[in-house]
Amino acid sequence: MHRIVSKKQLSEEVFRITVEAPFIAEARKPGQFVIVQRNSDYAERIPLTIADADPSRGTITLIFQTVGKSTHKLAELEEGDYIQNILGPLGRPTHIEKFGRVVCVGGGIGAAPMYPIAQGMKQAGNYLIVILGARTKELIIMEEEMRALADELIVVTDDGSYGRKALVTEPLKELCQASPRPDCVVAIGPPIMMKFCAETTRPFGIKTIVSLNTIMIDGTGMCGGCRVTVGGETKFVCVDGPEFDGHLVDFNNMMLRLSAYKEIEQKAHEECHLEMQLKEMKSTKGKGNP
Amino acid sequence: MIDTTKKLTPKERLAIPPQEMPAQDPIVRRRNMEEVALGYTEEQAHLEALRCLQCKNAPCIASCPVRIDIPGFIAQIAEGNYKESLSILRESNLFPAICGRVCPQEVQCQSTCTVGRSLKDIDKAVSIGRLERFAADWERLHGELEVPSVKPPTGKRVAIIGSGPAGLAAAADLAKEGHEVTIFEAFHKPGGVMIYGIPEFRLPKAIVQREIEILGRMGVKIITNFLVGRTRSLKDLLEKDGFDAIFIGSGAGLPKFMGIPGENLVGVFSANEYLTRANLMKAYEKGKADTPIYPAKRVAVLGGGNVAMDAARMAVRLGAEEVFVIYRRTEKEMPARVEEVAHAKEEGIIFRFLENAKRILGDEKSRVIGIECLSYQLGEPDASGRRRPVEIPGSEHVIEVDSVIVAIGNESHPLLLQTNPEIAVDKHGHIITDETGKTSMDRVYAGGDIVLGSATVILAMGQGRRAAASIHAFLMGNG
Ligand SMILES: Cc1cc2nc3c(=O)[nH]c(=O)nc-3n(C[C@H](O)[C@H](O)[C@H](O)COP(=O)(O)OP(=O)(O)OC[C@H]3O[C@@H](n4cnc5c(N)ncnc54)[C@H](O)[C@@H]3O)c2cc1C
Ligand code: SF4
Ligand code: FES
Repeated sequence: MHRIVSKKQLSEEVFRITVEAPFIAEARKPGQFVIVQRNSDYAERIPLTIADADPSRGTITLIFQTVGKSTHKLAELEEGDYIQNILGPLGRPTHIEKFGRVVCVGGGIGAAPMYPIAQGMKQAGNYLIVILGARTKELIIMEEEMRALADELIVVTDDGSYGRKALVTEPLKELCQASPRPDCVVAIGPPIMMKFCAETTRPFGIKTIVSLNTIMIDGTGMCGGCRVTVGGETKFVCVDGPEFDGHLVDFNNMMLRLSAYKEIEQKAHEECHLEMQLKEMKSTKGKGNP
Repeated sequence: MIDTTKKLTPKERLAIPPQEMPAQDPIVRRRNMEEVALGYTEEQAHLEALRCLQCKNAPCIASCPVRIDIPGFIAQIAEGNYKESLSILRESNLFPAICGRVCPQEVQCQSTCTVGRSLKDIDKAVSIGRLERFAADWERLHGELEVPSVKPPTGKRVAIIGSGPAGLAAAADLAKEGHEVTIFEAFHKPGGVMIYGIPEFRLPKAIVQREIEILGRMGVKIITNFLVGRTRSLKDLLEKDGFDAIFIGSGAGLPKFMGIPGENLVGVFSANEYLTRANLMKAYEKGKADTPIYPAKRVAVLGGGNVAMDAARMAVRLGAEEVFVIYRRTEKEMPARVEEVAHAKEEGIIFRFLENAKRILGDEKSRVIGIECLSYQLGEPDASGRRRPVEIPGSEHVIEVDSVIVAIGNESHPLLLQTNPEIAVDKHGHIITDETGKTSMDRVYAGGDIVLGSATVILAMGQGRRAAASIHAFLMGNG
């Protein structure tokens, strides 16, 4: 059982929780993730990247977006509540070394798992450039933390509501064209963003690492549900990844596989929203939302 | 009618008809998750037990992997002494209710049974497995939960990795000797394949949970959500956490795929994933479970073992209208338990023997729409004496399906070994042990599928017990 010691809503859809998980807090390294399951009975197992950890307090921090029924239910838990199952740390840690000039691209919620990697890259003595991008201002997270860390920070939004009006690939391309060129790019975000980041760097031959967030069940290499094609070979994201060479990943196949349960999930998600509305209607003195 | 109250002659015993296993009606059970085989009635068990000739040489014992005193436990059933019968079973087999249900008896004890030989039909051998199940169920339904006595604490601590049959058996034997035992399990529920793989309709989860409960009462601690190698290393368990010895029973993990085009299309699953979604994550309880299962009306299952049968029968229960089992050889070579194949046929599963998948076809959204197969014929015998299937050129044909489940076996679990290179493994990634279950790493033992490759519950259990005996000897200074 893992107690939630703090919870904060970062934007309409994004939540940050800090939970007790002493073994994981001690063992985790940048780039690793956990599998979270609200309860053992009927809840789904969802992979979430570890955004931060405090080994002395025995806690880990997770940041997640409410994209479906399971993440919605997770967001309903409050400080003091318990999550029954957390397994981790899973996956191979990020390969961190002194590359020279490193660009970290965090798209939307991807800024959260990017933070410990950016930290690691900085500590290893790299010149660190961070690009944060999101659909709109509301969805930009981790800006202050990244600003404190990075040598350069570039913020972009699709709608121009904050920072520069651009996709993350625009400043990325400019950096690739400038001199000195980046020695390594790390991109974490929606699959489509990672795909285009990889396409952007490909002509320049700049090493590009992406972190894949596929469908997972066990997270230990037992089910193969997380498999992706990398360089023509089948790889299991949970044990071989989550990070791969972005120039070798078959993103199209990965995106199609991610949509396997889309219809079922959409239905469940809608029902979940309906339920929440009903609940709110019933308990008008509830949580304070008008 | 034979008078069963008198002492019977062998001839009279041979004349008793083999007792059929009562089972749920196939039409009904196609749509439910409840156990298919219902178990003998007391009267049936009595009659079946009387069929045993009580052979002096008891060939059945020699072909039982854990050497159960088979005539002994059967004689007690014939006498109506079910409790004594179970005690005899438990001397050699810790989990008779499980093994009675899932052991491949037709290639073990029942394959050499004198009755089957005399009647020239191995299907007419004494139903040893069903009787084993009867004795175990009788206790479960009528008796108290009996907890084996535990010796005074030795002060020694043993870590067990994995809670499948190998780990549970090792834990039980070590706890009885008075050692402090902790099981570490990666999943959120203990039981290994018996919980996440073998479906409820073949092995009710309550039975496995009962065995685990007994372990709990014996003082065994079970820590779930703990992946040794990631959450903590083997070394840390020995050096920081003060365990005196470790038993690895981590099972056969990594599912094998065919390596054919289209295997990463949407709608292609390993049997492990499909069964885990259905069993462990309870996807069959639609409306309650949050974990979805891919909706499919026509399903192809590749393989011919128990895993393939379970996946095919699960697909039927999850609403598939037509399910094909595609197997390269013929029915005779199928490694699945005979009873499961028979049940699968009754449930309307379509067997396509001497066929093999060549590629999986998808639509523009990469969703499975069919599978292209090749036909085979039996050629010359190979080294093992089995006639080798050879493909018939130009025999390509397509079966329309919307989902494909790959059940062609597992490779060894890579993780522990990735993180512990000092443990020697063979070329398949299976841990190498000596005849006592000891690995090349000091104080570390192993057993079950991680050593044997995909094996069976009873072999895994036997290996767990063997390693427990040598760990005990080592801890007490006689190792
Ligand atoms: C669908 C299916 C049907 C089968 N049907 C039959 C049958 O009818 N009859 C029969 O005899 N056999 C059958 N088998 C085979 C049988 O189940 C296995 O041989 C047996 O379970 C192996 O036992 P084990 O203890 O070695 O491993 P498992 O049962 O595989 O258990 C291993 C456990 O270890 C855990 N684990 C792995 N790595 C770690 C780690 N690093 N840290 C912590 N925990 C870890 C796993 O999560 C798992 O729970 C079947 C198998 C399958 C998949
Ligand atoms: S071989 Fe058959 S008949 Fe003989 S003792 Fe064993 S079960 Fe009984
Ligand atoms: S999540 Fe099951 S193998 Fe990766």
